[in-house]
Amino acid sequence: MSEIFSVTVLVGILASAIRLATPYLYAAIGESFAQTSGVVNLGVEGIMLVGAFAGFYVALFTGNLWLGLLAAVIAGILMGLLMSFISVTLRAEQGISGIGLFMFGLGLSSLLFKTTIGTVKTIVGFPPLKIPVLGDIPIPLAWWLLDKTTLGLKTKAVGQNPAAADSLGVSVLRNRYFNVCLGAALAGVAGASLSLSLVNLFQENLTAGMGFIAVALVYFGGWRPLGILAGALLFSTVNAIQLWVQVLGIGIPADIAVMLPYLLTIVALAVTANRARQPAALNKPFERGEN
Amino acid sequence: MSVASADTLPRSRRLSIDWVNAAFRIGLLLLSLLFAFLIGAVVLLLLGANPLVAYSTMFTGVFGSVYGVTQSLVKATPLLLVGLGICIAFRASVINIGAEGQLILGALMATWFSLQFRTWPSWLLIPTTIILGFLAGAAWGFIPGILKARLEVNEILTTVMMNAIALQLMNLLLSGPLIDPAGITAGTYLAQSERLPEAVWLPRLVPQTLLHSGAIIAVLLAIAVYIFLWRTTIGYRIRAVGLNPDASRYAGIKVPFYQALSLTLAGGFAGLAGVVEVIGVQHRLLEGITSGYGFSGIVTALFGGLHPLGVIPASWLFGSLLVGADKMQRAVQVPSALVDMLSGLIVLFVIGSQWIANRWSKRRMAAAAGAKR
Repeated sequence: MSEIFSVTVLVGILASAIRLATPYLYAAIGESFAQTSGVVNLGVEGIMLVGAFAGFYVALFTGNLWLGLLAAVIAGILMGLLMSFISVTLRAEQGISGIGLFMFGLGLSSLLFKTTIGTVKTIVGFPPLKIPVLGDIPIPLAWWLLDKTTLGLKTKAVGQNPAAADSLGVSVLRNRYFNVCLGAALAGVAGASLSLSLVNLFQENLTAGMGFIAVALVYFGGWRPLGILAGALLFSTVNAIQLWVQVLGIGIPADIAVMLPYLLTIVALAVTANRARQPAALNKPFERGEN
Repeated sequence: MSVASADTLPRSRRLSIDWVNAAFRIGLLLLSLLFAFLIGAVVLLLLGANPLVAYSTMFTGVFGSVYGVTQSLVKATPLLLVGLGICIAFRASVINIGAEGQLILGALMATWFSLQFRTWPSWLLIPTTIILGFLAGAAWGFIPGILKARLEVNEILTTVMMNAIALQLMNLLLSGPLIDPAGITAGTYLAQSERLPEAVWLPRLVPQTLLHSGAIIAVLLAIAVYIFLWRTTIGYRIRAVGLNPDASRYAGIKVPFYQALSLTLAGGFAGLAGVVEVIGVQHRLLEGITSGYGFSGIVTALFGGLHPLGVIPASWLFGSLLVGADKMQRAVQVPSALVDMLSGLIVLFVIGSQWIANRWSKRRMAAAAGAKR
């Protein structure tokens, strides 16, 4: 039991935590853009899977990691367009369309993986140090984009009061398309950060619920980039502890250790269940003349 | 006349069905299905597989033999049960993604209980097992339900997390307390439970197949859920909460209570799906017991128009798809993940086409009202 408190292990946990925060961070920051504009995209998990596969596939066959990253971004945007079309243009119930997108992404990535790659292969990914640096970028960028640019202010207006924004000439549809696709592109990067840097492989259901946790982090972080960063670090730390517990085998069954992040998500959602900050038009499709 | 809204008609005519509207909506459903399959065909072509061969193998895999047909009903049974629960939740505007976990809890309870009380006679053991499995699933649905009711916690996220927790719980129990003693003596340590006592097995309907009487129970329950939702006060309130929570609140309906109740009931029905899988099909608990029914059940419920009676044909359709996908994977090596992808597309198209359908019926109503004047 004392093993877990040794310096090596603590440093190890910390290092893994920072590394593991990357996918949560990208996916959650992306989701916060979509949600600020009023769209809950619950399909992040599916987008991450498609992004992770696209990135891995291209990197495996071209040998170029940057091309892989680009492929993940493009795959993410395509998924974002599909989500926008269904939930913004066709005004579908967002919760369900997100689940549909998740199922589609899960099925598509498994189908493509089984038919084109087949067995688990590994690649030499980005060096682990590179990603934490990259991982710091989205936070100030998100803050700047949302708080300091006209686009950010428009996005907030569209998320708070789409009818008012519409009457002032802001295109609600275009703004939501943009933010959902930006979020989806970041979710694609989040997926690629797994397959191109953290685990350097692709397998079915690689993300194992990370995308859903990322959505939860947006609520947890109160729609603010810094709150999301705190949440991402908390979750990656729990995840790192969980991995180390399994490695060290210190008497806690692995199954219980694996449960921890999910349990924590529920507790975190319950504790931070304060909806005061929530964008007023969240989860509400916009129809001119009806809202 | 048939287009006039229900409340302007005399009581005796309220049950008349708007056939044109129904036909239009069914047409949209079939179009969604067709589009999904077309996109699937394009993906298969890009992957170098022949979509016609894949789809026809699916079809003959189901309808080419008695086994295929009965097997589609075997798979339709848990889909129907899960779908009924999702209908109840959706009717209260609560989205239950937690059927996988609730199903696992039902299966765990059924396994533990029937092994514990293996000496009980069938007439006592089967009903008790079914009821306890329902309650176990319901308890798993109650947790996100109460969190939504009391704290407005997003139920989609909590139910997804509850799925992951249930899965680990099952792994934990199958690697220890519930593991098959025969697996330990043989040294295989397979993650499965001991074979359940024969007393708890559901009778088979067709010899030499897996079709069991759970299928009949599921259909009867679909009728019961229909009566519950449309002919009882509680059901009426659940639907009112879903249609207009604000108006319901003003009418004195306790909205949070009915949201929590609907999610609890949804959990119970998913739990039942777990019970019938264990006591009807597998006769033991094993890894992968859910077969993804928790997610396929969502597609089934949506495709059934979120109507308990509509879910009956929908569950058979998706049960057939699953059987066909198995066959396709074995015969022509097209991964059955294709069906997961198609299911996702079907969800997207069905939910996306609802807006079109609503706009269409609104226009039609307006036109009819104008014509009357």
